[in-house]
Amino acid sequence: MGNLEIRDLNQSFSKEDGSRLVVLDHVTFDVKDKEFVCILGSSGCGKTTLLRLIAGLDTAQTGLIILDGEEMKGANPKVGMVFQEYSLFPWRTVIDNIAFGLEMQGMRTEERYRIAERYLHLVNLTPFRDSFPSELSGGMRQRVAVARALALDPVLLLMDEPFGALDAQTRNMLQKELLDIREETKKTIIFITHSVDEAVFLSDRIIVLTPRPGRICRTLDVDLPRPRDRTSVEFAQVRRTVLDLINQNCSIQ
Amino acid sequence: MVQNKGKDRWLGVLALVIALVAWQIIAAYIIRYPFILPAPTDVATAFISLLKSGKILLDIEASLVHFAIGLLAALLIGIPLGILMGWNRRFDAFIDPLIELLRPIPPLAWIPFAIIWFGLTAWSAGFVIFIGAVFPIILNTYSGFRGVPRVFVEAARMLGCTRSRDLIRYIAFPAALPSVAAGIRIATGVGWMCLVAAELFGVSNYGLGQKLWFYYNLHQMDAVVVYMIILGLIGLAFDMIFRYWIDRHFLKWRTGEVA
Repeated sequence: MGNLEIRDLNQSFSKEDGSRLVVLDHVTFDVKDKEFVCILGSSGCGKTTLLRLIAGLDTAQTGLIILDGEEMKGANPKVGMVFQEYSLFPWRTVIDNIAFGLEMQGMRTEERYRIAERYLHLVNLTPFRDSFPSELSGGMRQRVAVARALALDPVLLLMDEPFGALDAQTRNMLQKELLDIREETKKTIIFITHSVDEAVFLSDRIIVLTPRPGRICRTLDVDLPRPRDRTSVEFAQVRRTVLDLINQNCSIQ
Repeated sequence: MVQNKGKDRWLGVLALVIALVAWQIIAAYIIRYPFILPAPTDVATAFISLLKSGKILLDIEASLVHFAIGLLAALLIGIPLGILMGWNRRFDAFIDPLIELLRPIPPLAWIPFAIIWFGLTAWSAGFVIFIGAVFPIILNTYSGFRGVPRVFVEAARMLGCTRSRDLIRYIAFPAALPSVAAGIRIATGVGWMCLVAAELFGVSNYGLGQKLWFYYNLHQMDAVVVYMIILGLIGLAFDMIFRYWIDRHFLKWRTGEVA
């Protein structure tokens, strides 16, 4: 299962001059089991803050985060995360990075390598089993990061602009691979991006956030059939709808 | 470093040969007074006779014992202290002023208390070396822990590594290890430099520094040079071993990290 309920999240930081900066303002939404939701917004709209709260890395001032009927507090093994920047442990080989979470659970070596190798295969990096992250390209590193997050078999996968630093071709390839992985593993995924194209290509539903304070501006179902064709007329139409939303209704008021 | 290091190595050898020849000429034909400047040939003769007496090995052994005491103590105290300071901000705020006050005191200024606390034993020589070696280890461990990227810690927490002890062991320590190793390397150099002074006040009848002073008092300057060269060569060997070890352990995962 992977039903997520976000109820009335509020988060603000105090600025240097003593005033409050409201980052998230009454954010409420649901994510259904096995759904792929993209949270779309310009930089500074609080989308990373929102994801960090769901991940349990930060604590919200008010509001509830409920996963499968249980309120979440702190980091939770049912939630996996792929970070925006490179987060692989550079002193561990690829296989030991993927097996890290299992090692923390105290699993025996052969067992955890067996599982880690399965996820290594899932992201098509079997030949790089014993490489160090510094020997991999940016795209490969993020694929290892995905495998590492999946190795603990979380119900919910959080992705914070994971492909943001990659070139366009690599990015498109990884998007396709991610959809394949999702097909195979049936995870609920929340994916943060500022790319409209990426959001339309990947998601079942797009949540558009307004910046400062971060509010949900609009939720939009993407009903395009899969696999999606970026060059199709329907794709372009959805993309235009989202772009119009951002430019007209969901920009800074 | 220069790319064609191997091909240009003879240049370094050439410099050594030139220095040796110049030294011989100046000592034998210009100064002509071995007390002021013993010639390389005098030094070689002294070296052979010292080697025959078999005392040099005992001196090296005694010095290595002093050095090991100082360096091991510095590791045992410096690394945990650096970890605590780097990991815990309140402990850092608590202990930092004390360390900053003690650090500028030259290690040799501790010699009187070394004698009073430890007597004329290997331990007092070790203590002086410890003072020289401990601060580079503390500071580098500290800055290594401070520099651990936050995303590593957060990624580890998301993967179920949540206890402070585990985060230090599995994340912060390996991430900080290159910096810790650099600190140990500096500490090895500083500690070795403190050795001569640490043995100066007669903690034992053997020791490279002790013998250096002993032969100076006998005005046997050729033997003094022998001990200077041995001190230099052992210091160099430490540094080379250490560099080899650092390269083997860290280069494989640090290459390209900047890119």
